Amino acid sequence: MQEAVKSCWANPSSIHRDGQMARHQLEKARGQVAALLGCAAKQVVFTSGGTEAANLAVLGAVRSRPGERKHVITTAVEHPAVLSACAQLEREGVEVTYLGVDSRGVLDPEMFRRQLRPHTVLISCMHANNETGVVQPVAEIGAIAREAGVVMHSDGVQAAGKIPVQVDSLGLDLYSVSAHKFYGAKGSGAFFVRGKLTLDALFHGGRQEQAQRPGTENVPGIAAMGAAAEVARKAEEAGRIAALRDRLEAAIVDRVAGVTVNGVGERTPNTTNLRFDGIEGEAMVIALDLRGFAVSTGAACSSGAVKPSHVLLAMGLTAEQAKSSLRFSLGRSNDEQQVDALVEAVAAAAAHLRRLSPSYAHAG
Amino acid sequence: MQDDLIAVAMSGGVDSSVVAGLLHREGRRVIGLTMQLWNQRRLPELMPDEPTGRCCSLDDVYDARAVASQLGIPYYVVDFERRFEEQVVKPFVEDYLAGRTPIPCTLCNNLVKFDQFLEMAEGVGATRVATGHYARVRQDSGRYQLLRAADASKDQTYFLFGLTQAQLARTMFPLGGYQKKEVRELARELKIPVADKGDSQEICFVPNGDYAAFIEAYFAEQGIDTRQAQGEIVTTSGRKLGQHAGIHHYTVGQRKGLGIATGEPLYVIATEPESRRVIVGSNDELLRGRFTAREVNWISIAEPAGVVRAQVRIRNKHVPAAASVQALAGGRAEVRFDEPQRAVTPGQGAVFYDGDQVLGGGWIE
Repeated sequence: MQEAVKSCWANPSSIHRDGQMARHQLEKARGQVAALLGCAAKQVVFTSGGTEAANLAVLGAVRSRPGERKHVITTAVEHPAVLSACAQLEREGVEVTYLGVDSRGVLDPEMFRRQLRPHTVLISCMHANNETGVVQPVAEIGAIAREAGVVMHSDGVQAAGKIPVQVDSLGLDLYSVSAHKFYGAKGSGAFFVRGKLTLDALFHGGRQEQAQRPGTENVPGIAAMGAAAEVARKAEEAGRIAALRDRLEAAIVDRVAGVTVNGVGERTPNTTNLRFDGIEGEAMVIALDLRGFAVSTGAACSSGAVKPSHVLLAMGLTAEQAKSSLRFSLGRSNDEQQVDALVEAVAAAAAHLRRLSPSYAHAG
Repeated sequence: MQDDLIAVAMSGGVDSSVVAGLLHREGRRVIGLTMQLWNQRRLPELMPDEPTGRCCSLDDVYDARAVASQLGIPYYVVDFERRFEEQVVKPFVEDYLAGRTPIPCTLCNNLVKFDQFLEMAEGVGATRVATGHYARVRQDSGRYQLLRAADASKDQTYFLFGLTQAQLARTMFPLGGYQKKEVRELARELKIPVADKGDSQEICFVPNGDYAAFIEAYFAEQGIDTRQAQGEIVTTSGRKLGQHAGIHHYTVGQRKGLGIATGEPLYVIATEPESRRVIVGSNDELLRGRFTAREVNWISIAEPAGVVRAQVRIRNKHVPAAASVQALAGGRAEVRFDEPQRAVTPGQGAVFYDGDQVLGGGWIE
C-alpha cells in the first residue's frame, strides 16, 4: 500500500505520464477485483466503501427506472447500508417489502416470487449475513429476478473474499463489496454492474467511473484493494479458518452450558454467532476485551452502546436472547492456540457472569 | 488489592473525569464506563436551541471517550436505557401525577448507578466502582458510614441516602475530600480535556428544566392527553380561586405561576390527585412540625430502637433542622422537628444527619 501511495500520487484522469501511471494502478486493481467477483473489468465501479456501493446500487437502480409506482423487495436482515437506503426510497414514495428469515436465519426464495408485483423494479438480498455468516440462496433468488425481468442487487460485503463469488452464474445485476472485509484498507469499495444497466448517480461531477461515480478515485486505497482481492481469490486460508471456527464453536458448546448457535446451514468460514442463556452479552464483550479478545454483540449505535441485533430479532429471538448473543469473527492471523485461549476466557467469563446473575437457573 | 479493577462511572463531566485521572495516576487498574440512560433526541420538542451538555448526549459520550483515550484506559458505553425508563423516568412522571414531587437522581442512584451499574462492573471483572459524587465513605467498626463531602456547597449525600451497606462496601467517592475548585485544578493538572466544562444542572433527562413540559411530551408520545389533569385551585378554607392546567405544574411551597392576583401572597400547600385540586394558602400554612417517611434506609447506624436526635434535611437546598427521629415498623420513621419547617413535600427525601454523618433517610409521605 505504501508503494501504491508513492507511485500513484497523480490524478488518473490526467494526460501526463504520472497520471498514466496512476491510471495503470487503477485499471490493474479493476482487473483484480473483477477476477475476485468473476466479471469483466469494465463492469467494476469503485466507491468509497461498501455503504456507498450499496447505496448507489439500490438508490441508483430504483431512481433510474421509469414509472410512477415502484416496488422493491428486500430482507429484514440486510445491513443498515441497504435498510437505510430502502427507508430513503420509502420516503420518496417507493413501496418496499421486507422479507423475514426462518429461525436458522435463511431466506426462502419462493417468498420473493410471491411478493413480485407488476411494478417491482428491484430485489436486494445480501449474499452472506454480517452477524451470523449465514449464506443466502442468492442464485435461486437471482433466477427468479431474471425470469421476472427485475433488477437484482446483492450486498456481498461479507461474502467476497470469504466464499467463491461468480456474479454471472449467480444471475446478478449488481453486487457490492468493501475492501477492508478482505484485508484491503478502509475507505475503498466497489460494485459490479451488468452492462446495460444505468444508475442514477449519487454524486455529480466529472466523468470518472463511467460517470457512475464522479470524483477523483482513491487510487492508493483502490490499488491496495486490488492486491487484497488477488490474495483473497486464491482462498488459501478459507479451509483453515473454517476449521478454527468449528473448533471454537464446538469447544464453547462443550464447555459452557446453555449455548446455542444462531444461524444454521451454509455459513461464511470466519463467523459464528453464539447465544449464552442468561448472560448479558454487553458484559461478556467487555470482559473478553479486557482479556485481549475482540468480539462483538448486536450493532453499535452512534454512542457506542449496544442495541439488540435486528438480524437476531428477525430470526425470532427475543430482545433478551439477542442481547445474550455474541459474534465471533476469525481471520488469517488467528491460530489454534488463540482459539483455545479464547475458549478458556469465554468459559471463565460465562461462569463469573452466571454466578452474579441469579436469574440463570440451569448453569449446572 | 492494588491490582483490583475499578470501574469509573464516566459522564463526560469534569468530576468523573478527574476520578478516572486520579485513580489512574495512583497506578490503579481503571476502566471507564458510560451509562447510556436516555435518548435525548426522543422528545425533540424539548431540545433547547443551545446544546447544554446534558447527560447521555452524544457530546458527553464524546467527551468521556476523549478523556479515557487521553488517559489510555479501556472505555465502554453500556446501554441502560430500558432500566432507566422503567425505574426512574416512569416513577418520576407518575409521582408528579400522584401529587408528589419526586427526586429522580436518588432513584437513579438506588436502582441504576449503584445497582445495575455495579452489577455490570462486577460482570466485566471489576471489584469496585468509583463515581464523581461529592460524599465520603468510611468504614468504622464493621459498618460503612456515609459522610458529607468536604465541600459543603457540593455535598451530594442528600441524593445518596438509599445506599446499602453492600453497595457502600464496593463504592469509592474519590472527590469527597476535595473542594470543587481543587477538582478543577486537578483536571488541568491531569490535562483532562473537559477541565473547563460547566457543571451539570437540574435533572439530566429534562433538557430544558421544564418538568411539566417533559411530562406532557412523555404522555403525548404514548397518546395520552394530560389536559385531563386540569382542575381547580382552592384555598385551605375551600374557596375556589380559579382553574389550573394540571397538578403536575405545581409543587408544595411554589408561589410563582398560580396565575391568581390576590391581596396576600399565596403558596401551594398541597396537590390532590383524586379531586385534581391544588390547595393554596398563606406562607404560615406551609409550616409542618412532623411527618413520616417510608422506605427508610439506615446507613451509618443500625435501625435505632429508640428516638435519635438528628438534623433533618427535607430537600436538597434545605438547611438541616434539629429533630427527633423514631423508627417505625415496616421501614418507616417519624420525624418531629424542634421548630416547624416550611414546605414538607411528599416525594422528596428526608435525610437524617448527625454532624457530617448520614444516619439514614427515607421518602416523605
